[in-house]
Amino acid sequence: MRRTRGKQRLAWLAALLLVPGFVLVFAVFSPARAAGGTDPFAGLASPNFDNIQNAVTELAASGNPRARPVIAALADNRLYTWRWPRPDNGLFIKDPDGRFVDARTGKPIATPPFPIIRPVIVNDMVRSAIDAAKGMLDLFSRNVTVRHQAAEALFEAADPDSLPLITRALAHETNPGVHALLAEAEAAARLKSAATPVPEKLAAIRVIGARDDLAARSLLASLSGAAPPVAAAAAAAVRHIDRVLALWNILETVYYGVSLGSVLLLAAAGLAITFGVMGVINMAHGEIVMVGAYTTLVVQQFVAAVFPALNDWSLLLAIPAAFVVAGILGIIIEQTLIRFLYGRPLETLLATWGLSLILQQAVRSLFGPTNVDVTSPSWMSGAIQLGGLTLTLNRLWIIAFTAAVVGLLMLAMRVTRLGLAMRAVTQNRRMAAAMGIRTPIVDALTFGLGCGIAGIAGVALSQIDNVSPNLGQNYIIDSFMVVVFGGVGNLWGAVVAALILGIVNMVLEPVSGAVVAKIAVLVLLILFIQRRPRGLFPVKGRAVEA
Amino acid sequence: MAVDGPSLSRRELGGLGMAAAAAATVGATLGTAALVSRAARAADDNTVKVGILHSLSGTMAISEAPLKDVMLMLIDQQNKTMGGVMGKQIVPVVVDPASNWPLFAEKARELLAVDKVAAVFGCWTSVSRKSVLPVFEQLNGILYYPVQYEGQECSRNVFYTGAAPNQQAIPAVDYLMDTVGVKRWVLAGTDYVYPRTTNKILLAYLQQKGVAASDIMVNYTPFGYSNWQSIIAQIKSFGSAGKKTAVVSTINGDANVPFYKELGNQGIKATDIPVVAFSVGEQELAGIDTAPLVGQLAAWNYFESVDTPLNQKFISDFKAFVKNDKRVTNDPMEAHYIGFNMWVKAVEKAGTTDSNAVIDAMIGVAHPNLTGDYATMMPNHHLTKPVLIGEVQANGQFNVVYQTPGLVVAQPWSPYLPESKNLIGDWLPPMSCGNYDVVAGKCLGKSQKS
Repeated sequence: MRRTRGKQRLAWLAALLLVPGFVLVFAVFSPARAAGGTDPFAGLASPNFDNIQNAVTELAASGNPRARPVIAALADNRLYTWRWPRPDNGLFIKDPDGRFVDARTGKPIATPPFPIIRPVIVNDMVRSAIDAAKGMLDLFSRNVTVRHQAAEALFEAADPDSLPLITRALAHETNPGVHALLAEAEAAARLKSAATPVPEKLAAIRVIGARDDLAARSLLASLSGAAPPVAAAAAAAVRHIDRVLALWNILETVYYGVSLGSVLLLAAAGLAITFGVMGVINMAHGEIVMVGAYTTLVVQQFVAAVFPALNDWSLLLAIPAAFVVAGILGIIIEQTLIRFLYGRPLETLLATWGLSLILQQAVRSLFGPTNVDVTSPSWMSGAIQLGGLTLTLNRLWIIAFTAAVVGLLMLAMRVTRLGLAMRAVTQNRRMAAAMGIRTPIVDALTFGLGCGIAGIAGVALSQIDNVSPNLGQNYIIDSFMVVVFGGVGNLWGAVVAALILGIVNMVLEPVSGAVVAKIAVLVLLILFIQRRPRGLFPVKGRAVEA
Repeated sequence: MAVDGPSLSRRELGGLGMAAAAAATVGATLGTAALVSRAARAADDNTVKVGILHSLSGTMAISEAPLKDVMLMLIDQQNKTMGGVMGKQIVPVVVDPASNWPLFAEKARELLAVDKVAAVFGCWTSVSRKSVLPVFEQLNGILYYPVQYEGQECSRNVFYTGAAPNQQAIPAVDYLMDTVGVKRWVLAGTDYVYPRTTNKILLAYLQQKGVAASDIMVNYTPFGYSNWQSIIAQIKSFGSAGKKTAVVSTINGDANVPFYKELGNQGIKATDIPVVAFSVGEQELAGIDTAPLVGQLAAWNYFESVDTPLNQKFISDFKAFVKNDKRVTNDPMEAHYIGFNMWVKAVEKAGTTDSNAVIDAMIGVAHPNLTGDYATMMPNHHLTKPVLIGEVQANGQFNVVYQTPGLVVAQPWSPYLPESKNLIGDWLPPMSCGNYDVVAGKCLGKSQKS
């Protein structure tokens, strides 16, 4: 720390001494650019965003061979200019390896000292211009994916100026997918142009209307002020799109509901064991989930430090790690605290609540009170488009993961010896003991299993929620809700309950807002429990009566 | 349930209840015991005590704990370089209200009545401020409140060093309207007093600017909300009406990260539907993956990235003080920096730490902002501030893309709301009133608080 500061001071000093020298160097390396013609790069050195934006568009259209690297550098914040404007409008690109090249010539130059240059800052308007410019530059790329992206960017930009370019590209395009997209981009640009005759505009509306998506709707809706026949055709197309989207919306709501349900289920699965099967009111359940999330963090940092190549897959390693850590923590809790409190729900509640505070504050002291950075692997970011349905990948993975976890858990309860022993102890503790099952060990392992599952839930939740000491508090109420609604002691009940709660929540939310939706769900739940105190699928047998 | 009959004897109940309570207490005090310096209570006459009332545990610790660090640094600097204030060493008294609003009032009372502190620097959420307000007014204490807030308040005992709505929300909306060309608005917030009041003001402001009611969507979500899917989908379809749409976000703290993540996953970029946030700063972005947020906007009066010598020094001092190179500075920290230095100046000017004298001396005191220019304490107990709009960068910092041409004077009472449009606050005699009705020509006094 002290050393870096020293270095910085040294750098400043060097800078002061070297400024005249560098000015000389640049004077040598920048050949008479002021001489003759306008400089398409000059606007980039301006502190004004409008100038930068115009320069980007101009540069892309200029056909200058340096346009592509300069615009790419600008997009990545690697383009630098003089901190205090100079007549030569110097522009420098910092290569990823830290060396500088002159933006106009691409020739390497001596590293300019930090204080006399500044990065060229972009804002959202410039960023849009960059996207459109990239589209124009990439339209003739050999790579189909790049061309596809370019066509998409041009569709979004819908810029009449790029019309000749798009038409030229359309004539050359061989890939049917890109060709269709280009045709839509052409139609979009035509719609935006005042010069397009009405019949062509109507044709363009038909092309765009066939997209049946929000982008098309947005474009068509902006035509409401156009000439009457165009406006009418656009309005009709918008109505058609709205009808199509309404159908997709129903599917989308179901997907969101299932996704919320799977999150609830994942958080509640561990509780379904500890509370549902064992009857322990574990208020520290949420904190066990949090411990799982923090284990993910530690595993991720470990992997990043030791095997950086595996970074994207550290999440898979975190799953067994979180299971083991949370499971062992659970066994310790059972052995040191809960064991003494069986059959006394009130004390269990109080003691585990105290425990939850201890765990929270311990994590706060260890990792700090702020959110920690658990990054999402690339295979969990983004979305896939299925017709009019946007399926976000992180949610999709969590749905699959939940299904796998709950499936395995059910299987373990059915076919393993421990599962058999657990069910036996649940149904009749004394009889099970009489048959030679060592109930205390089964209790410890059952509690450990429940906590282990909670730990795994923490791994998944770290991908959609903040990892902070408060993580657990957000899920404890929901978890109890799912288990009680589903019927205590019944895993299938928890599955059905979680899905119902998720879907009802998501159906209500757009209508009533998230706050009222949550209240409504709770009220409905209370009414339901009034009528059926043992939930959806009550477990029959002696255990319930005990 | 697999229980062997519930037989709770009175003794067992008592014993275990105590155990649970003890466990809970240990948990709550684990992190704070070391910080509460009881020794400060034994301070003699050669010291001046200053209270620090920020949550060090609980949900708000994420935002408030760093402010405690800044205060300790400022006091330490003042003691070391200037020999304290009026030649007396300043002693910080740190208490932990644990994100618990009633506890804020209790701790405030303790600071004022037991520790007899000269001033208190603290609070973050509006509800905590509302909770301590009666205590400060009753015991005539001084509170420096460092966070942007919803306005509609102007107490004699509080100095609001954060922004009023017209120093943050209104300029941000102006920027979107004039520079970005936004025509359609989503007002999204967490469901509590600050977002509700701010959105009420913005709604009135937008309607005055001629925005139709059908072009405004208002949405509230609970604290710590994380299932943004359907709401983002709703925003997406709201934004596809052919007009440039923006989201004005008063979403608080923890709910932001899932919100931006979901925006990114559903493919909404800042260039499509920009989001301008009033509660997302460097501290909130620290330690999260900012890739999906790049280009999103925030409006503040300070950004860590602003390149002035004063700010560079402040940042390096802070990093050295907390011995952690990764810590960030943010807007409320600057507010405390200004507030604390103003308090020192006011005490020296008054020649005493007596509340009444210091409150009177505060008005008109000026101190440099870390971002340049001077902040002045106005008679309405608010500061003059520059307003900056920043865009999130991949490194978790902000690039300033817009700055108001001059300093903005705070309007604690919103001129856009019918109930407050005639009110002003002016604590200079002869007016000496926090809610003076300029039309009726009288002070409403305690009868109307907000």
